[in-house]
Amino acid sequence: MSQAEATQTIKTRPWSLIARALGHVGVSGRTLVIAAPTLWLLIFFLIPFAVVAKIALSEITLASPPYLPILEWTADGRMIVTLNFGNFQFLLDDPLYISAYLSSIKIAAFSTLIALLIAYPMAYFIARSGERYRNILLMLVILPFWSSFLLRVYAWIGFLKSNGVINNFLMSTGIISDPLPMLQTDFAVYVGIVYTYLPFMILPLYTNLVKLDEALLEAAADLGARPMTTFFTVTLPLSLPGIIAGSMLVFIPAIGEFVIPALLGGPDTLMIGRVLWDEFFSNRDWPVASAVAIAMLIAVVLPIMFMRNVEANIAGDR
Amino acid sequence: MRRRWLLTTATILGFIFLYAPIISLVIFSFNESRLVTVWGGFSTKWYGELFQNSQIIDAARLSLVIAALSASLALVLGTLAAVALTRFRRFRGRTLLTGMVTAPLVMPDVIIGLSMLLLFVAMQSMFGWPGGRGVLTIVLSHATLCMAFVTVVVQSRLADLDVALEEAAQDLGATPVRVFFDITLPIISPALVSGWLLAFTLSLDDLVIASFVSGPGSSTLPMVIFSKIRLGVSPDINALATIIIGVVALGVVIATLQMWRRPKT
Repeated sequence: MSQAEATQTIKTRPWSLIARALGHVGVSGRTLVIAAPTLWLLIFFLIPFAVVAKIALSEITLASPPYLPILEWTADGRMIVTLNFGNFQFLLDDPLYISAYLSSIKIAAFSTLIALLIAYPMAYFIARSGERYRNILLMLVILPFWSSFLLRVYAWIGFLKSNGVINNFLMSTGIISDPLPMLQTDFAVYVGIVYTYLPFMILPLYTNLVKLDEALLEAAADLGARPMTTFFTVTLPLSLPGIIAGSMLVFIPAIGEFVIPALLGGPDTLMIGRVLWDEFFSNRDWPVASAVAIAMLIAVVLPIMFMRNVEANIAGDR
Repeated sequence: MRRRWLLTTATILGFIFLYAPIISLVIFSFNESRLVTVWGGFSTKWYGELFQNSQIIDAARLSLVIAALSASLALVLGTLAAVALTRFRRFRGRTLLTGMVTAPLVMPDVIIGLSMLLLFVAMQSMFGWPGGRGVLTIVLSHATLCMAFVTVVVQSRLADLDVALEEAAQDLGATPVRVFFDITLPIISPALVSGWLLAFTLSLDDLVIASFVSGPGSSTLPMVIFSKIRLGVSPDINALATIIIGVVALGVVIATLQMWRRPKT
């Protein structure tokens, strides 16, 4: 390459200039590629949890920020560490928090099950339909996901309230004479969660079912299995990875859900995400809110991450 | 035959469940009556009212700016992480990076929001930065959340990519940086576009994290909508929903048409 050509190459590619400059300082591109995202996540993802843990161990005060420091230097140079485990004690003593955890897990688990029951036939139908329709049907499943989550929850308020679409319809047909109370109940929370997370259940199930070898089903039929038997002995076991993936995608976000119980649930709908929110915004108790977050991390998030890890290892071994 | 019929019915009912609430929002956005569920004749007055509402217009503009900034930042960081994880076999901190990249996917919003806010408060008292909360803190938080999603999308595309292409370029004397910009980047560009769009939508849609890390005077669109819904019925939200659904549907239809056209040419 001539000198002129080389200059030309460098001119048209500013990044090679940057790469050269960094090379002179002794930073290789490889280091930079690794360091940039790692440092970012350390600062903005990992360290924050240390801060949350620190504040969970501090005491509430009427100041800004509304918590007392853990470390204090006295005038004669002594360091005083005050760790306040009272916030965690408080979580264990007040039955509200324990029942909020249990009720979050219950609501998330049942919603996942209902979503699975609705999603399975849809995913199966889409996977078995012709290639042309398949794309259109898939697009119809994904479309609601791209529109606003908040507005989709809002749409259900219009459906479920006492003078809403469902009650109006039932009363005009004479099936019921008084409006059914649906909004501000746990039922509404189930509907909301199943509705907003349904696409997350359908998509992994579809990806799994579309790969299912039709020959296996034919073989089962040839051997005299009835359709139902084939389904339970062949299709269902083979689609287990899809079921697990979809269930994770629904269960995990449902556990920490705040918006749906806040808008559709009643005052007695307890979910841990909502408890944390209220502790923070209504009671302005930052230390207790932090303790709730840490407890939620230990009780819910870590087991899930561990399970995912085990699963990934099993998948890797196969 | 009977089973097929059952399956079809279940699917149709499923789609009705998915679309009935959305369609009713669209229909009632053209309702003359203030009561959201009583039909009072066709009218577009809520659209007029929506465009008069400067609070909503300002919040929408702010949300779009934040989403564009966070998605771009998340795209750069997420792509770097994806390259590091797929192309560099062994490096110190690989397990740490893998863990930190996937963790935001399973972390509840409330925890991310709270931890981000407490970090910013601690940073401010230690270094005096960031001063106050607003666009900057929302963008930093959203970029962190979104980069996890970008990494997943880009990583799967990079894993599918034929390494021989990159090796050939390298054998012909291209530097790793040049290989990346001239060979890898053009090939993975569809994944970059979908990663950016996913990040953009996630940021645009986020209520919880933004509520924690925003300061007075920096309310995003979801925050304004949320407080309006909590205060009671406001039919102009139906009009807003219809516009958003229309834009999204149009975008998805155009993207699908593009996708169908590509293999033929």
